[in-house]
Amino acid sequence: MKRERTSWGRHPRVTAEREHPVSWASEALPEPPPGGSLLPHGLGRSYGDACRNEGGALLTTERLDHFLGFDPATGVLRCESGVTLDAILRLVVPQGWFLPVTPGTKFVTVGGAIANDVHGKNHVREGTFGRHLRRFELLRSDGSRRECSPTQNADWFGATIGGLGLTGLVTWAELQLRRVSTPYILQETVPFENLEGFLALLEASERDFEFNVAWVDSLARGRHLGRGLFYRGDHAPPQLDAVPRTRAPAPRLQIPFDFPQFALNRVSVAAFNALQYRLRPQGLVHYEPFFYPLDAVHGWNRIYGRQGFLQFQCGVPMTLAGTDALREVLDRSAHSGMPSFLTVLKVYGALPSPGWMSFPQRGFSLALDFAHRGERTLRLVDELDALTRRAGGRVYPAKDSRMSPESFRAYYPEHERFRGYVDPAFSSSFWRRVNGAR
Amino acid sequence: MKKVLVLGATSAIAQATVRLLSARGVALYLVGRHAERLEAVARDARTRGASRVETEVLDLDDLSQHEALVARAEAALAGLDGALLAHGILGDQAQAQGSYAETEKVLRTNFLSAVSLLTPLANRFESQRTGTLVVISSVAGDRGRQSNYVYGASKGALTVFLQGLRNRLAPAGVAVVTVKPGFVDTPMTAAVKKNPLFASPEAVARGLLRAVDAGRDEVYLPDFWRPIMFLIRGIPERVFKRLKL
Repeated sequence: MKRERTSWGRHPRVTAEREHPVSWASEALPEPPPGGSLLPHGLGRSYGDACRNEGGALLTTERLDHFLGFDPATGVLRCESGVTLDAILRLVVPQGWFLPVTPGTKFVTVGGAIANDVHGKNHVREGTFGRHLRRFELLRSDGSRRECSPTQNADWFGATIGGLGLTGLVTWAELQLRRVSTPYILQETVPFENLEGFLALLEASERDFEFNVAWVDSLARGRHLGRGLFYRGDHAPPQLDAVPRTRAPAPRLQIPFDFPQFALNRVSVAAFNALQYRLRPQGLVHYEPFFYPLDAVHGWNRIYGRQGFLQFQCGVPMTLAGTDALREVLDRSAHSGMPSFLTVLKVYGALPSPGWMSFPQRGFSLALDFAHRGERTLRLVDELDALTRRAGGRVYPAKDSRMSPESFRAYYPEHERFRGYVDPAFSSSFWRRVNGAR
Repeated sequence: MKKVLVLGATSAIAQATVRLLSARGVALYLVGRHAERLEAVARDARTRGASRVETEVLDLDDLSQHEALVARAEAALAGLDGALLAHGILGDQAQAQGSYAETEKVLRTNFLSAVSLLTPLANRFESQRTGTLVVISSVAGDRGRQSNYVYGASKGALTVFLQGLRNRLAPAGVAVVTVKPGFVDTPMTAAVKKNPLFASPEAVARGLLRAVDAGRDEVYLPDFWRPIMFLIRGIPERVFKRLKL
């Protein structure tokens, strides 16, 4: 069935967009439509308009999904850019390998993971996806093909990682996977009473565990502001292979329709949060629920209704100003009357990405999502954006559909250098917006 | 099927089937027209676990090559016990109505070239008294409709040929599986407006292998096409000829 193509947040809605399926890495790029541009498009898991191209064409990569080689001795995988992380895991996990870095959904393509330089719960130890790329091929609209690596065409390598698909089409990529003994994660869940409690847990967790992430009860206020659960874990060691454990969730739930507006309110979010607070998975868990809890509910974005939702993910420095900003952002959203359904707090380490436009920087990351209720939602998110800017933080383009050109320039000091590497035939709704050409 | 010849290996349905076969560790001989595309499919198959992958670049419209092709495949894999015929073209009905040359092109690719390949394959499988021939026909072959009867005729002829072949090879223990997909979302149908009846090549490939494993003779994919085509075949011709289908 032909589905309507939307970004994951389903906002803004884009109507005038053509699709050019790219099936073969050896093919030349099509001409952009008259007056329009091209933009690579994988599975559309970016939340806002970074994966949309109003008035232009999308180079869809569903069929650009061939594996080109995997060496089970070294863990080096080469594949086309439309291959999904899900397909990679299904191929390599039985052979004792895993993704070095994975975002919270496995339904993203390798191309998308490069374009957004995605990160995971182990940013402190492993950095972003881009750090584990060995090489890739970049196809430009002038027909040129460049093999890019940290040493070969290094400037194109740096521009393309986190480059939002604007530097050309990545046809294939080669990545270094990591060894694992089992498909299981040894997990611990620790409750904390407020933001201070989170900060207190942090140091020991970072030292003792590879994966660290916290869920925050977005409705808690006052002395409970920032209350939540700290999830931490490691790939399970080999000797635990024989222990009985939960299995991978087999049947997938499907959200069959758009929820009505009233479904998401203070009461339902409070009920969800109360339930979440009681579920404290411990011990050996399969990697699927640990890394991809939401993937089990197919189309979960539909619970936000037809209007979609806005995700706001900011990174702030690990300073007093940074923690103050976190507190302020949580406080504003708790008092907004527009509760965030899933609020996620993480930490970024100091490992630099090769990507010039990569989002994570040493500090805290806070992600909130708000059902789209028009002007007042936009106003709230604008306020959170201003708080982020004041604290010297930045907002994640993959989650954004509204940051101003001024904010973008402030957040990404390398944008001038990056601009020179944008393919003249490529653009996106996001790119035109943050360049003031709406 | 352990050693399989795949004809039209870069087609979407063939690719999806090759992936499933590769995961079972089969040996493959892949044939297609474009060297670079064929190479991508071959690398993919190797990475996914095919025990052996050989390729040959060939335009299957050149029927004179077929005997030798089958012999080369058999030699390369040291035997052959399966073949998937997945090459085909949709053609252009309007053009075909105006020009016999276009009609002949469709018949040649979809019917004659299949027959020409099936002849040496059937003889080999019959004499070795084992093997599986999987051929992609189409629901369009079940009844001629004004919108695509040239394509439909090529597939209808193929379906009838396969019935006879199945009848002949059954005593030798050779399976002939006729696969009748409905609309499939592939490059072949890129220009066709999509509706909820469209299936993915992956779903068709899964159904195809299920049918092979279960020893089925003929399979509609997805299976909702069986009752639909039963009804369409049942419409009396005097009514049918007035329908806009």
